[in-house]
Amino acid sequence: MLLALFNRWFYKTEFITKKLANKMTYLIGLLSVVFLALAIMIVSKSMALSKGIKGVEQDPDSSVDSANNMNAIGFLVFLVLGSIGATWSFLHSKPDLLPVAASDHGLITDRMFWISMGVITFAFFITNTLLFTFPFLYRYKKGRVAAFYPVNHKLEIIWTVIPAVVMAVLVFSGWRTWRDITGQAPDNAVVIELTGHQFGWYVRYSGNDDQKLGNHNYKLINETNSLGMDFTDEHCFDDFTANEMHLPKGVPVLLKINAQDVLHSVYLPYQRVKMDAVPGMPTKFWFVPNKSTDEMRYITGNPDFNYKLNCTEVCGRGHFGMAITVFVDEPEEYAAWCKAQKPFLTQNPDYLAKVPEKLKSKAQKYIEVAAPAASDSTQASGATPAAATSLR
Amino acid sequence: MATETLHAIDAHVHLHDEHEHHELGFVQKYIFSEDHKTIAKQYLISGIIWAFFGGAMSIIFRLQLGFPNMDLTWLKPVLGQWIVEGKLEKEFYLALVTMHGTIMVFFVLTAGLSGTFSNFLIPLQVGARDMASGFINMLSYWFFFVASVVMFASLFIETGPASGGWVIYPPLSALPQAMPGSGLGMTLWLSSMALFIISQLMGGINYICTIINLRTRGMSFTKLPLTIWAFFFTAILGLLSFPVLLSAALLLIFDRSFGTSFYLSEIYIGGEALPNIGGSAILYQHLFWFLGHPEVYIVLLPALGITSEIIATNSRKPIFGYRAMIGSLMGITLLAFIVWAHHMFVTGMNPFLGSVFMFLTLIIAVPSAVKAFNYITTLWRGNIIFTPAMLFSIGLVSLFISGGLTGIILGNSALDINLHDTYFVVAHFHLVMGAASFFGLMAGVYHWFPKMFGRMMNKTAGYIHFWFTFVGVYCVFFPMHYIGLAGFPRRYYSFTALGNGRMEAFVDMNMFISIAAIITFTAQAIFAINFVYSIFKGKRAPQNPWSSNTLEWTTPIVPEHGNWVGEIPAVYRWPYDYSKPGSASDFIPQNVPYSATPESNFPEENEEMAKEKEIEGLLDIQNSSYNH
Repeated sequence: MLLALFNRWFYKTEFITKKLANKMTYLIGLLSVVFLALAIMIVSKSMALSKGIKGVEQDPDSSVDSANNMNAIGFLVFLVLGSIGATWSFLHSKPDLLPVAASDHGLITDRMFWISMGVITFAFFITNTLLFTFPFLYRYKKGRVAAFYPVNHKLEIIWTVIPAVVMAVLVFSGWRTWRDITGQAPDNAVVIELTGHQFGWYVRYSGNDDQKLGNHNYKLINETNSLGMDFTDEHCFDDFTANEMHLPKGVPVLLKINAQDVLHSVYLPYQRVKMDAVPGMPTKFWFVPNKSTDEMRYITGNPDFNYKLNCTEVCGRGHFGMAITVFVDEPEEYAAWCKAQKPFLTQNPDYLAKVPEKLKSKAQKYIEVAAPAASDSTQASGATPAAATSLR
Repeated sequence: MATETLHAIDAHVHLHDEHEHHELGFVQKYIFSEDHKTIAKQYLISGIIWAFFGGAMSIIFRLQLGFPNMDLTWLKPVLGQWIVEGKLEKEFYLALVTMHGTIMVFFVLTAGLSGTFSNFLIPLQVGARDMASGFINMLSYWFFFVASVVMFASLFIETGPASGGWVIYPPLSALPQAMPGSGLGMTLWLSSMALFIISQLMGGINYICTIINLRTRGMSFTKLPLTIWAFFFTAILGLLSFPVLLSAALLLIFDRSFGTSFYLSEIYIGGEALPNIGGSAILYQHLFWFLGHPEVYIVLLPALGITSEIIATNSRKPIFGYRAMIGSLMGITLLAFIVWAHHMFVTGMNPFLGSVFMFLTLIIAVPSAVKAFNYITTLWRGNIIFTPAMLFSIGLVSLFISGGLTGIILGNSALDINLHDTYFVVAHFHLVMGAASFFGLMAGVYHWFPKMFGRMMNKTAGYIHFWFTFVGVYCVFFPMHYIGLAGFPRRYYSFTALGNGRMEAFVDMNMFISIAAIITFTAQAIFAINFVYSIFKGKRAPQNPWSSNTLEWTTPIVPEHGNWVGEIPAVYRWPYDYSKPGSASDFIPQNVPYSATPESNFPEENEEMAKEKEIEGLLDIQNSSYNH
């Protein structure tokens, strides 16, 4: 109930603040006002202080001077202006925070994020308010004696238990979500291999025939076979590569992640996907993309919108530019796109030489005969009949 | 009252041979000194110098991030070939990020903070004439100095300093083919860190020995100031975790130079497949963060200890929940060892391990929360004096809370997926560990400057310094949360590849952060000038400028080597008897016996009087420990 209200409020503010988008200068304006106000305060305070010095030589017993009250007020001013600044800047940036989630688990983690954020925002304002008002309320006054209040076990227990309970709830829900996200990928998941290298990503698909990625071996890598595909493994024959990533919408996708040289990290910001790419240690991440590129273009109102795959583990000079474009297609579009791709072997027929003798006939299927290679759509299945029968 | 007690002690002092009174030469007195106070000042001044270098580096890369189109040709006289056609070289940008992190974490906040105040305060506050081993203590500083020289030298080599991030994850850091900074620069980085770790271990052993063995008579563990408790736990953390970093570094050195494969496997780089098979890049991360996470508390705990002392003193109130504070320090120390893998949720580590570390990580929020609440309650109904040290301490608590809260989000592995390695993380740790510890350092300097140099720092300059720094730090790091939530990754030279107008949406905010950073950095000049000026020209310090209870204020205003001229005072009470009901003075120092304060004793404290004879009787044993 509260959550629903919260959500509605966020959408409302989103609507209002969208109008203000691209006017981030307001933020600068406001926060520089904070700066200015404090600077003025300090100047006036130091002027007051210098007056005090000229007047009476301070009370030698006490280290307290006229600046004491000004510092106390300073905390209060900081609290007020800081709260305004924090709230305002948040509302202002809100439309750009956590860009629209485009995966099933992303919706869940986003919701959990905002709940956690609500909890910590509450704690943030309560504690900082107390922290800054107490200095003001209990600033030095001549003759006042501070309370001798060294311990209160009941209080200690209360504020040990409350955070512990809140933590327990957050941890438990976080753990369940984490377990679901990192669990086994469903059997029907589309398997796509991503390989990071300085500075780009190779994408390999399991092909249109066997749905299995073939083996690869880093020692086989060369300029043509940049993934080191091992053609002694028949699963490699129909694998095709691309320099952009296509994903089917609404279908589980399992990313198998490798790196060739140094650490990289797969980051799909909209799909809330992140997983390091480690040389010598394959990693994986599965998720369900739930908004197609076209839908996102509609939602964001940006006809040029494209999903991106970025790198988030520092990997050298080109780290910041190590991105490829990602397309989320409707399943039928995705199937059509896959069909249109030519297997690596088709594009590089000399690799037939690497295929062991007994698999040659299977591989032959993917080698296009020079003349009738015109039609793209049939290239995968339209090979020699002998090869086709032996494969099925 | 403090001076009265001093006289009382002086009166029944029998002149014992003051062997430290033969004049030492300049070199022994100021350079290769075994006096913990001199070593502390050496650490402090080195730390401050390093802080300016580390800060200046951050300003240079903030220029790149805030003003990507700016013509930086004017930096060419300083940076030379690292400025290419008016732009910062991309690899040098990474080198700056790396060196900023390394310098700030290790050379400023570990050596500069813990090195300074552990050295300075442990003997003075526990009542010892010096560290358990003055010689090893001196070696500790000079190993640090050599480490500094090596690290500094690496800034000037042709291939540039280490540039793979301060965590120097292999294979990037292991392969010179991967980036120029992984060549000689990384060799120097690793050599420097090895020396630094040796320095830390020698320091840490000394701190622990001194606290356990050289407490003055009557100074039981439950009468130790919280500063000492914090230094004690810090030293234990360092002693147990730094060796692991050393082994991580050694294995990396082997991989780089001797062809081993601890961290390397199946690598194809520069058109060549390397022979290394079977290593694990994740192994390095486990080893690194086994130090790396305790390291966060190595820099933070001393700051929390310093703050506890300063907040109690200047609120004129006992610290609230003394034992809970010790308990939470202990809890944080223990948990610090078993949460390291929360830095690795998305490294491909087994997700089950992720679950375990998420549970452990979020437990650490509980003792941290207890500390924050105790600080706030200490302020409640106090009679608060805002010395610059007090301002920085209150600032620390605020930064500790604000930065710590986002840890609850990052420690949740499900939420960390999206936020890992974004600016949200940068904002989080700069607030909770960077800025908070830095505020602890500043608070400590303002508070103990009179004891260090016998002079006072200028208060007004201190106030101005505080307000600029406090507002500035929030202006720099608060907006970074937004940038992180918008999905901006760390260590990006520019955000052009994010696409979809995301970079454009935060151009102004990045500019704002950079401006705030420049102002904040510039404001530190106020401190530097005040610091240097006050060393030579500051107002002479009184005996006990903050009316504080701890033992260091019973020494002469400028203590010689050996700290106390006569006998070391005995300790009868805890350090937080501020504004005790019945007492005429609002503070009763630790060395005042209960028998001298019948008007303010609680009933149970009258029983303590019986123990005073016993404490006095320990004098001979204490003296004998210094006479061999």
